[in-house]
Amino acid sequence: MARSILALAVAASLLGTTVAAFAADESSHESPVPPRQTWSFSGPFGHFDKGQLQRGFKVYKEVCSVCHGLKYVAFRNLEALGYSEAQVKSIAGEYKIQDGPNDQGEMFERNGRPADYFPTPWPNENAARARYNGVPPDMSVLAKARSYERGFPWFILDMFTQFQEQGVDYIHALMTGYHEKPPEGFTLPPGSFYNDYFPGHALAMPPPLSDKRVDYPDGSPTTVDQYGRDVAAFMMWAAEPHLEARKRIGFQVMIFLIVLSVLLYFTKKKVWADVKAHPEKLQDKAPRPRV
Amino acid sequence: MMSGHSTYQPQNAFMIWLERRLPIAGLVHSSFIAYPVPRNLNYWWTFGGILAFLLGAQIVTGIILVMHYTPHADMAFNSVEHIMRDVNYGWLLRYLHSNGASMFFVAVYIHMARGMYYGSYKEPREVLWILGVILYLLMMATGFLGYTLPWGQMSFWGATVITNFFSAIPIVGESVVTWLWGGYAIGNPTLQRFFSLHYLLPFVIAGVVVLHVWALHVVGQNNPAGVEPQSEKDTVAFTPYATVKDGFFMACFCIVFAWFVFYIPNYLGHADNYIPANPAVTPTHIVPEWYYLPFYAILRAIPNKLLGVIALFGSIGILAFLPWLDTSRVRSANYRPLFRQFFWIFIAVTVGLGWLGSKPAEGGYVIAARILTFWYFIHFIIILPVLGWVEKTKPLPNSISEAILKEGLPAGASGPAPTVTRG
Amino acid sequence: MTATSAEPTRRDFLYIATGTVAAVGGAAVAVPLIAQMNPDASTIAAGAPVEVDLTPIAEGQVIKVFWRGKPIFISHRTKKEIDEARSVQLSSLPDPEADKDRVKAGHDQWLILIGICTHLGCIPLAHQGNYDGWFCPCHGSQYDTSGRIRQGPAPKNLFLPPYKFISDSRIRIGEEDTAKA
Repeated sequence: MARSILALAVAASLLGTTVAAFAADESSHESPVPPRQTWSFSGPFGHFDKGQLQRGFKVYKEVCSVCHGLKYVAFRNLEALGYSEAQVKSIAGEYKIQDGPNDQGEMFERNGRPADYFPTPWPNENAARARYNGVPPDMSVLAKARSYERGFPWFILDMFTQFQEQGVDYIHALMTGYHEKPPEGFTLPPGSFYNDYFPGHALAMPPPLSDKRVDYPDGSPTTVDQYGRDVAAFMMWAAEPHLEARKRIGFQVMIFLIVLSVLLYFTKKKVWADVKAHPEKLQDKAPRPRV
Repeated sequence: MMSGHSTYQPQNAFMIWLERRLPIAGLVHSSFIAYPVPRNLNYWWTFGGILAFLLGAQIVTGIILVMHYTPHADMAFNSVEHIMRDVNYGWLLRYLHSNGASMFFVAVYIHMARGMYYGSYKEPREVLWILGVILYLLMMATGFLGYTLPWGQMSFWGATVITNFFSAIPIVGESVVTWLWGGYAIGNPTLQRFFSLHYLLPFVIAGVVVLHVWALHVVGQNNPAGVEPQSEKDTVAFTPYATVKDGFFMACFCIVFAWFVFYIPNYLGHADNYIPANPAVTPTHIVPEWYYLPFYAILRAIPNKLLGVIALFGSIGILAFLPWLDTSRVRSANYRPLFRQFFWIFIAVTVGLGWLGSKPAEGGYVIAARILTFWYFIHFIIILPVLGWVEKTKPLPNSISEAILKEGLPAGASGPAPTVTRG
Repeated sequence: MTATSAEPTRRDFLYIATGTVAAVGGAAVAVPLIAQMNPDASTIAAGAPVEVDLTPIAEGQVIKVFWRGKPIFISHRTKKEIDEARSVQLSSLPDPEADKDRVKAGHDQWLILIGICTHLGCIPLAHQGNYDGWFCPCHGSQYDTSGRIRQGPAPKNLFLPPYKFISDSRIRIGEEDTAKA
């Protein structure tokens, strides 16, 4: 009885403190949670939609690459999007890559080759900061570099549902979350733009997308929502190019481990059978003479 | 149990020749084949083997990663991306290593909790336990050093925070920090020496593991009944009985490991570490990896810098005194109903502290952290000693065999894997 | 515990199955651990063919370029050097090979070789030695104007890289000529 009261008292005090903590949670200013989107690459059998990746690449090329680099992605990687070797060569050739020094000691520009990496549109961070209101982050791993708190109990459930798409949900929300004017009472610092989903709501990047900005040869809707989806998917590929192989091999490994565990379970049962069957005898099993 | 000569009889000519010169086969035989273990061990006893397996996995994946990693501040982040993208199976090796570290800590916490529940730290296993505390500290150091290597934002700023602990030391603090940094701030000299130490420590861990297993084999395993084996009837040979049980649970553990590696490889990490380190921008919330969170919460709960650091190290160091703080003559919580309740409260407190460590140090979170920190220390300093004196324990079985024959524990028992017949 | 009969029992079958599955798993684990040491994608990409413009190379001149980390000798041979190479009796060569087999048809003046001594890997020096070809300072191997070993410890002639002429004055090293044998 006494110990039950004690345990109860402790539990109550713990509960009390967590309630107080949650109260604190409410009062802190948080951005709205990006709405969940469906992605072809989510889940244990997720795969990239090559058509979507190509559209997303087009958006990157025509809009984002003005300010954002993609320095960990090489042109040769684009074959994963469904382009042929020749197409990749021609895409690479459209870019100017700095090379050198030549025999005269000078740096020069040449056409890109498949082995080259996407160039960053500014020579160094200071140049970027002088040109823009900050340094536009490189987009190679940006989809993994952004996330948001899911809170209880989601952060536990996410382990089982394999939810890993916080980054792309956020990117899509950001693309579609701009407002012409900030809401009443919100002072927007000069040079920034109001965005629902950016923490603090004042984003230095101007809204990059608008309807019909990029032409889609496959006839997909040319809306900001679609551009946001496609470029986010492209960024997911850029961040995790081996995602499909990872999930495919993962499935094989899980099956293998389950089979192995089942076999080991029955092996264990067999090995222990004599010991378990006659507990009243409890004869010591002499170990087999082994080398 | 391990004293004296082994019972190993070599069968072929080469082994007879070798055994006379370097009796390694005999050592393996007496330590891992013929070695008697209590026959009532439950699955919580498989985590020692799991830990050894994970140490091996981390060393193998780590050595391979070093073939491709560049430990220089300008190149580190790039080289990790190179591993993820270009190196054959590089993404797999990297995710195995980063998630392997988390699995290592999952296993060690379960292993420690097993020890605390069943009184495995009690006489004559005090040195075994203390070696374990040393191993835990080495693991924490290794994990911290390894996390800086990708040179992301969390790597950099986590290193800044942790190394700044030492500035709390009176008089020499700042010099110690400068000495650690090799400069006036965290920078390339810091990264390079952290890399060297991160490569070194796992082998120190391996050496201490040898001592840990040696200390274990001298006194023998504890068991769920907490009653020492009295005759051969109480034990079985390690191989095949414990080996196959370890193997089975190891495979199950690997399923969990594989789940993280292949499906949610970045779940336990922090998105900010995919941002290259920027000394000019501090992340909004600096958080260490999950396995440090309870201690991080304790650090932040104390408003004084030096006392906070002392509390942090004290909360780990106090574990070493557990054999003497717990005054009970009874080992296993199966026979200590009151202790059992406080054990689970302690676990809840630690998990609560862990959750609080992930929250910003503001408002209600700080108050909660202070209450739980207080309880954490009270558990060791007051509750355990007093419990040992006042608790009315259940009657112990006369032997392990008797415990098995009674088929189960006294009524009302709750806790990890109570029935001994199910193994 | 072991079956004493000669036939495997069901228990043995279980042990065999478990052991086999575990062994297969072990082998599967070894695959990435070993494969990771093979050239990675960026190394393979960096090893792509290189193109060289031959126009600036004067007659009698030998230049060195790199392909896949190896030095490549490009020798613009004089008529004298070609004649010297062609007049040698093949049976006297340690590694017999006709000069015309070491150049592309119609481009006799262009000798393109991997500049690594076939003895132990040093880079031989051009226009040196008794045969008007290359001399390796490490252990004294001497090559002629066709890059063939004449004297010294090297066992084989200097190797030819895969290459093709994409025009009379431009070659691509790293691609074999598929049109010809």
